[in-house]
Amino acid sequence: MNDLLSQPVLHTALTLSLYMMARWIFKHFKLAIFNPVLLTIGALIAIMYFTRTSFDQYYQNTHVISFWLGPSVVALGVPLYLNLKKVKSEVGRIAFAMLMGSLLGIVSVVLLAWLFGGSKEVLLSLAPKSVTTPIAMEVSKEIGGIPPLTAAMVISVGIFGAMFGWNFMKLLRIKDSKAIGLAIGAASHGVGTAWIAPQGKEYSAFGGLGMALNGVITALVTPWIIPYLMEWLF
Amino acid sequence: MKQIKQLSAILMFWLAGELIVKLAGLSIPGSILGMLLLVISLQLKIIKPKQIEEVAHFLIDNMALFFIPAGVGLMCYFDIIKQEWLPILLSMIFSTLIVMAVVAFLSNSKKQDHE
Repeated sequence: MNDLLSQPVLHTALTLSLYMMARWIFKHFKLAIFNPVLLTIGALIAIMYFTRTSFDQYYQNTHVISFWLGPSVVALGVPLYLNLKKVKSEVGRIAFAMLMGSLLGIVSVVLLAWLFGGSKEVLLSLAPKSVTTPIAMEVSKEIGGIPPLTAAMVISVGIFGAMFGWNFMKLLRIKDSKAIGLAIGAASHGVGTAWIAPQGKEYSAFGGLGMALNGVITALVTPWIIPYLMEWLF
Repeated sequence: MKQIKQLSAILMFWLAGELIVKLAGLSIPGSILGMLLLVISLQLKIIKPKQIEEVAHFLIDNMALFFIPAGVGLMCYFDIIKQEWLPILLSMIFSTLIVMAVVAFLSNSKKQDHE
């Protein structure tokens, strides 16, 4: 058993099969809270706990899975290019909206967490909370946050956006499908976007655009503004 | 063979991104720069979407699986969450609503209460 634990195959196979089961559960119940990633992470943490396996060992064994994060971030360039082509005439206006949303998102989450008594490492882990997990974790690592903590927060934000985003747009009386898609994609990345996608093709296209643009903007600006913000707060 | 070709193209963009970040001492993730290089190359028609689309979609469709191992690292930080769940929760909720409202209002082109 100990020999098997030090080989990648056991933990890799376990991760893949649990993920497939979690997706089946999510599809079956159609509740945002049954997010397949969250379910899989929960199950794996429980299994590691009961088998007394350290995270380092598990992480080493599943490197073959994590490796694909890098290329999948690069691959996001394809839908970004295709969606940008669709909005050519409005690109300036959309870019401005995204830039403001992105900046206010980073600054507001850091200030609010600080105001409510959060520690420095939690503030840093929260800064990229709106963007898609692989980008958020990279940014978190870059600025000195805790990437796994960031991942958990990002997924929670996505679930929150999926559960309340649509009604929040109704409350603000926004009816433009472009604005709704961009807003939900920007604030709650792929998880929120997937949730509004069944409402129409436009929603998923603009959701994808909002998610990608916010990802890029956040990755570019966070490492620059965070040091100033931290110096000012601490 | 087609998939290998597409994959190696994507890996090349990633590699280029990592190299530039290292050489120029930039503080952005190399994979993000690789993504931007890909968008620019598509825009300049150096590469066509068709030449990488299939593998790109496969990667994007399965992205959620790829960050699960890192997410399991959460098991090392339960004490932080236990101590700071309130600032985490409140800042996340309000900041998410702020982002949504700002982006929605600034990109809204239809008059409100129009229909």
